[in-house]
Amino acid sequence: MNARARTTIAVGLSVLLLGGAAAYCVSAILGYQSRQAASTGARSAALGTHAGGERIVFRSTTPDADYGLVASVPARAPGAGRLVSGTACDRVYSEAATTVCLRTDRGILTTFSANLLDDAGTTTEAWALPGIPSRARVSSDGSLVGFTSFVTGESYATIGFSTATRIVDSDGVDHGNLEDFTLLLDGERNTAVDRNFWGVTFADDDNTFYATGATGGATWLVRGDLADRTLTGVRRGAECPSLSPDGSRIAYKKNVSTTGSVHWAVAVLDLTTMEETMMTDSRNIDDQVEWLDDETLLYAVPRTDGVGDSDVWSIAADGGGEPALLIEHASSPSVVRE
Amino acid sequence: MYISFTDRVRREPSAGRRAGKVSSVVVTLGVVSLLTDISSESVASILPLYVTSALGLSTIAYGFIDGIYQGVSAVVRIGGGWASDRADHPKWVAFGGYAVSALAKVALLVASGFAAVAAVITVDRLGKGVRTAPRDALITVNSDSGTLGRSFGVHRMLDTVGAALGPLIAFLILFFVPTGYQLVFIVSLACAVLGVCLLGLLVPGRRPRRERAMLGEVPVPFRWRGLFQPQLRRIVLAAGVLALLTVGDGFIYLVLQARSPFAALWFPLLYVGTNVAFFLFAIPLGRLADRFGRARVFVLGHGALLAAYACAALPVGGAVVTVACLVLLGVFYAATDGVLAALAAQFAPRDSTASGIAAAQTVVAIGRLLGATGFGVLWFAAGREAAVLIVAAALAIAIPLLLLVLRPLSVAERTGVAA
Repeated sequence: MNARARTTIAVGLSVLLLGGAAAYCVSAILGYQSRQAASTGARSAALGTHAGGERIVFRSTTPDADYGLVASVPARAPGAGRLVSGTACDRVYSEAATTVCLRTDRGILTTFSANLLDDAGTTTEAWALPGIPSRARVSSDGSLVGFTSFVTGESYATIGFSTATRIVDSDGVDHGNLEDFTLLLDGERNTAVDRNFWGVTFADDDNTFYATGATGGATWLVRGDLADRTLTGVRRGAECPSLSPDGSRIAYKKNVSTTGSVHWAVAVLDLTTMEETMMTDSRNIDDQVEWLDDETLLYAVPRTDGVGDSDVWSIAADGGGEPALLIEHASSPSVVRE
Repeated sequence: MYISFTDRVRREPSAGRRAGKVSSVVVTLGVVSLLTDISSESVASILPLYVTSALGLSTIAYGFIDGIYQGVSAVVRIGGGWASDRADHPKWVAFGGYAVSALAKVALLVASGFAAVAAVITVDRLGKGVRTAPRDALITVNSDSGTLGRSFGVHRMLDTVGAALGPLIAFLILFFVPTGYQLVFIVSLACAVLGVCLLGLLVPGRRPRRERAMLGEVPVPFRWRGLFQPQLRRIVLAAGVLALLTVGDGFIYLVLQARSPFAALWFPLLYVGTNVAFFLFAIPLGRLADRFGRARVFVLGHGALLAAYACAALPVGGAVVTVACLVLLGVFYAATDGVLAALAAQFAPRDSTASGIAAAQTVVAIGRLLGATGFGVLWFAAGREAAVLIVAAALAIAIPLLLLVLRPLSVAERTGVAA
């Protein structure tokens, strides 16, 4: 094959491969946009709909125009009447009149933000996040907000696994990054550089909270005191805690794998007896659990038939029941009690 | 954008070399790298999103995958260089590396779950490790030895363009289709396949050892010992020491983020600033290295890193300081990345170019890994700003000392005597 033939083939391949990829992208984008256009209209509901009764607010993951939008269903009839708002979030949590929405602000320069929304879906406060959104919580009276993101850039900028967790007042006062709090593990002050915190849950006194702390390869359930700015290790191997509405128990995910990989199961810890009960769901559960009521847990499990799609399941918190499908095509559930 | 690869500026009449253009083979290799970098960086930039939000895996899983991404390629680098020299077939060893990465992109289309994605990323990085040294050896054999720095500058510039375009394309696709990860993977695959094809079709399969043998030079059989000859040893030593004092961009970005609201806001994008500066300065600094001495530019390039540390540790933090810091990091990469390859190629034993380059690059990769780990400990022991200042002080001492260590090489460069 002479040089001319090689060049011709190279040019042909370039046109074929780059042109083909571009054409494929354009057709996929147009297809997506036409699907979007076909199913608008349903998205008129404001965030505060289903008022007057308990509701479950979640992120819709139906693979259509509603994907990523905040939706809600009545807590007592979760199978019917899904109302979808026009607000898009990667992670959402609602309580009282406060909603926290962690978002990927897509664009050529993609950034991430945490936003406080009122019932109309209007942003009242916003903070830039140093990476991909992870967990979000609001205290039961709506006054405290905690959110976690990864600290990620692009592969040139990564420094391994790192998270950033902040607690703020819903009126804008910033309590700062949990890494700046004093960490006490086994009674000793820990200042290790590899400290990471994620997954906050608030108690009703608006001062006590729980979170996950990690250092030296171990994870801890830590109890935080907002006024003292301290975090105290309670128990090893518990992540993404969630306090029950009556404040007596904490549900969390726990790595039960005996091999090098990770397999999370959900457990409930009684704070009085410090007794741990394992849930019977054998799937890998990677979520911050939510309490539907004092007896029932909610969490999202990825669907096997679609990337980025999940369902919300419920299970009895006493460790006796089987998981039941509660809301299809949904993630990030939060129960709003009126 | 119009990029001229022609040396328009006054040529050195005394040099008596083929002045002027950078070989079209080098430009082709640059385009191959550009395409391959679009391919790998488009995937790398959305990987955290894909793993955590689409696959629903956790933070720890992502940290693990990221560790693979960073670590794997250094290990197989030496092997790639050795295979290339041993077989006297740099093109086809590099081709193998590019092809493996392209195949990994095919697997990515069907991979679901943590183990599968981790395996695919490992294979992709193995390919990168294998191809780097033979590819740099190809640049060397297709370049005039007097303008080697510029050749590497042109290659690294194109390479950086790809590294900047990849994330841009990926996020543009996700902007239009929020769940369009498969689209990104398909574009990535198309670019990877095209890169491999262009390399196979357009780059001549030169065999450096045989060519020299035909010119009457006695082939030098590959010996590991050859990599320890004095001049190369000095380069590897200097590069290793400097790498130990290179703490990693991630840490610098974190320091900036902690003190500057501007840097905190743009944290996920700080690397773009560094890449743009790298892109702008790659050719000018490569040319400077050819004239002023590659060893000197390599060592003095770490002065830009020193200045970046100083910037990061400054008590004031604002947009100007942040941007200055990013530009300095870019200048540092432009003055050291390609220049080190040129330097190693120049002083590697004859017929062991790829191994020599691989040795220098591996030492740098390992040095930086240790440097970053050590810096983590220092950060914990001394605090954020103090840690940066301590490393900066060590670098300020190392730079003049290593200039002395590499002085014999600068003389050799000047007189054209290379071992």
